[in-house]
Amino acid sequence: MKLTVRVWRQAGPAAEGRLVAYPVDGISPDMSFLEMLDVLNQRLIEAGDEPVAFDHDCREGICGSCGVVIDGRAHGPERTTSCQLHMRSFADGAVIDVEPWRAKGFPVVKDLVVDRSALDRIVQAGGYVSAPTGSAPDAHATPVPKPDADLAFDNATCIGCGACVAACPNGSATLFTAAKVTHLSLLPQGGPERASRVLDMVDAMDAEGFGGCTNTGECVASCPKGIPFASIATLNREYLAATRSGRR
Amino acid sequence: MPDYRVGDPIADTKAPGGPLENRWDERKFAAKLVNPANRRRHRVIVVGTGLAGGSAGATLAEQGYHVVQFCFQDSPRRAHSVAAQGGINAAKNYRNDGDSVYRLFHDTVKGGDFRARESNVYRLAQVSAQIIDQAVAQGVPFAREYGGLLDTRSFGGVQVQRTFYARGQTGQQLLIGAYQALSRQIDAGNVELHARTEMLDLVVAGGRARGIVARDLVTGEITTHLADAVVLATGGYGNVFFLSTNAKGSNATAIWRAHKRGAYFANPCFTQIHPTCIPRSGEHQSKLTLMSESLRNDGRIWVPKRKGDPRSPGEIPEDERDYYLERLYPSFGNLVPRDIASRAAKNVCDAGLGVGPGGLGVYLDFADAIARLGRPAIEARYGNLFDMYQRITAEDPYAVPMRIYPAIHYTMGGLWVDYDLQSTIPGLFVIGEANFSDHGANRLGASALMQGLADGYFVLPATVNDYLGSTRLDDVPAAAVREVETAVRERISRLLAIRGTRSVDSFHRELGLLMWDHCGMSRTREGLRKALDRVPGLRAEFWRDVRIPGGAAELNQELEKANRVADFLELAELMLVDALAREESCGGHFREEHQTPEGEALRDDEHFAHVAAWEYGPEPVLHREELVFDHVHPTQRSYT
Repeated sequence: MKLTVRVWRQAGPAAEGRLVAYPVDGISPDMSFLEMLDVLNQRLIEAGDEPVAFDHDCREGICGSCGVVIDGRAHGPERTTSCQLHMRSFADGAVIDVEPWRAKGFPVVKDLVVDRSALDRIVQAGGYVSAPTGSAPDAHATPVPKPDADLAFDNATCIGCGACVAACPNGSATLFTAAKVTHLSLLPQGGPERASRVLDMVDAMDAEGFGGCTNTGECVASCPKGIPFASIATLNREYLAATRSGRR
Repeated sequence: MPDYRVGDPIADTKAPGGPLENRWDERKFAAKLVNPANRRRHRVIVVGTGLAGGSAGATLAEQGYHVVQFCFQDSPRRAHSVAAQGGINAAKNYRNDGDSVYRLFHDTVKGGDFRARESNVYRLAQVSAQIIDQAVAQGVPFAREYGGLLDTRSFGGVQVQRTFYARGQTGQQLLIGAYQALSRQIDAGNVELHARTEMLDLVVAGGRARGIVARDLVTGEITTHLADAVVLATGGYGNVFFLSTNAKGSNATAIWRAHKRGAYFANPCFTQIHPTCIPRSGEHQSKLTLMSESLRNDGRIWVPKRKGDPRSPGEIPEDERDYYLERLYPSFGNLVPRDIASRAAKNVCDAGLGVGPGGLGVYLDFADAIARLGRPAIEARYGNLFDMYQRITAEDPYAVPMRIYPAIHYTMGGLWVDYDLQSTIPGLFVIGEANFSDHGANRLGASALMQGLADGYFVLPATVNDYLGSTRLDDVPAAAVREVETAVRERISRLLAIRGTRSVDSFHRELGLLMWDHCGMSRTREGLRKALDRVPGLRAEFWRDVRIPGGAAELNQELEKANRVADFLELAELMLVDALAREESCGGHFREEHQTPEGEALRDDEHFAHVAAWEYGPEPVLHREELVFDHVHPTQRSYT
């Protein structure tokens, strides 16, 4: 395949950014999108230019490191991560635009690399169960109904890539936070802290500069792990119940 | 010409004597404690945030220590443990199928081809049950039965169902559990986290590990962090082969620099080849993707009986298929351990029976299981793995069999540690895949997650306590810090000054291919010699001709890679020397000169029942730790 890739180049957080067009050929449809960027980078290095900086690590769709906006869509035309998107999803001769996640909560570090540490701070605010080591009861002491465990799992599959934020017209991190809250509130282990958890996590989300949720649904449409839209309703319900309970 | 010298044997591993089942309790009781009020005055550095590092950091902080934690990723949740798919072993015997701590211990020692330490393995089996309890208490959503209790499945090399799992994403779920526990401690101010920061060297003062020198990967700033103890939880070095199932960033730098500062490196040649990997599709391939071993519970592995059979798999009738694992190993069938399954796949492909492009693949077929259990049951068990396969290969595994081929997966070698998980540098602890312990010459499936969490949640916190409680530490002299910092800065300047013509990746690919060809699934004296002749030349060329664009004071991913590949080029040589010295076959180390008439690995217990622990020097110095088997008597490993 022969393509033109227009890549967002930005030297640093304060620098001006712009799209730069690069022709690439010899692309196999079996390559992943990131392998296509590898090919581009090898050529840039050979030509004495600076390669494009982008985040990636496991390349198996599970670490959540990768993530770029491709032709205006978070992770591109398929509902998967950028590393699991393959070039067979594009037509030969295509012109492809590649940009970083854009959101106030995700400042650009360089080229396609953004800072997503805000998501970590939301988790630090309460996205955990306070379980000290070495004193846990036997795992079978608390049965969990299978449907609850399965739904908790569906929410726990979030990889924290930030596509939901990038896709949202408001730059909201609600789907991410909803997945965390839903996962832990469905399990008996997460019960005692459920009120303080949701209040603290929502506060943290707002403090990080993420926008509010207007139920647009772009987050769900772009989520590579299929986090359900219903989780946002769960978040809202948990938030309301916590506010009314007066517990923190 | 010898490539190494032989030094003194390792006399003391600190494992207590007495009955196996009491050793860990005795060690814990004998360990010194630190008064809770004094703990916050101690700083402990933890490098890495995977299952081992994340759980260690969270637990040490919970105990009251001030933890300084590092990861090169942008978030601790992205450590490569996240990619483990299949499951975690624990001797819970919830199935009442004959499992016990002793059986898990026995399976692990045998699975490791009798090259692991009995006392460590027994402790691992003991602690395993507690790990499941801990993870469940944290809210890890393991698979459950309709009655609300935990579900289990079985893995290779085992005849009981002791593997707990969360669909095909067990590593991710366990890691998120540890990450959340760590996040709680970060919020509480007990853990100081440095993300996007890479350890580049170890500070040793007064003969003890006292800190690290690291590079901020965003600003390029070189910083020194001092502490009372240093814990390395930096994973394995499988990326020396370039193509592996490891994440692209996984590297050997932290352990290699520690090795150069005095920590022995044990069994570097023990590399696990995983049998169920998606075959490579072309020259562009940047990494390999694994399919969980759990697939072998329901998938049947076969190749056509006829060489170069051009028919599609569906057109090949039953009697023209060779279900070679079921034929060769009737009692374990498709669930033989990884080394056995990998070698068998290589053998049938070498014999010209392989399928797919280049004949480097075998079928993993679910047709029988789908007919027996129905598609929904298979979807529930393996759905995400099937989706992943389809995405990568553009083939539908519900309709046609998957194609799989072995790939580099896990390195059993690593820094040598004693029973306390302490390296030969006092105050330097090494946990998880970064150390060499517990797995021997081959790792059983679902045991890596078990070891990482056992080390981090339960073993290390006890032994670090003992170290800090019984050691008087002086201030670190400024000169000791300066020397290491200078070395790090000079190395980076040197790399950037080369301005050669070849990219870092081109060197890495060349090294990887050399290692795969000569130090991969099978090894010969001649091949290892050939590779040993070529590695120094490649290393010299790297330092003469590598091209790294950009500068030091910025995010520079080529510089990051170059730094790591430079270490791989040195480590590779030690792997070759170790593979050459081990004149036997065992587990993940198959020397063609040493095999049984049936083509199985032939151990030499008389001469090689030892850990090969290498000391760094102008030529490596071999220190042997003899292995004693009082409980599991070494036998020719049989899975027939």
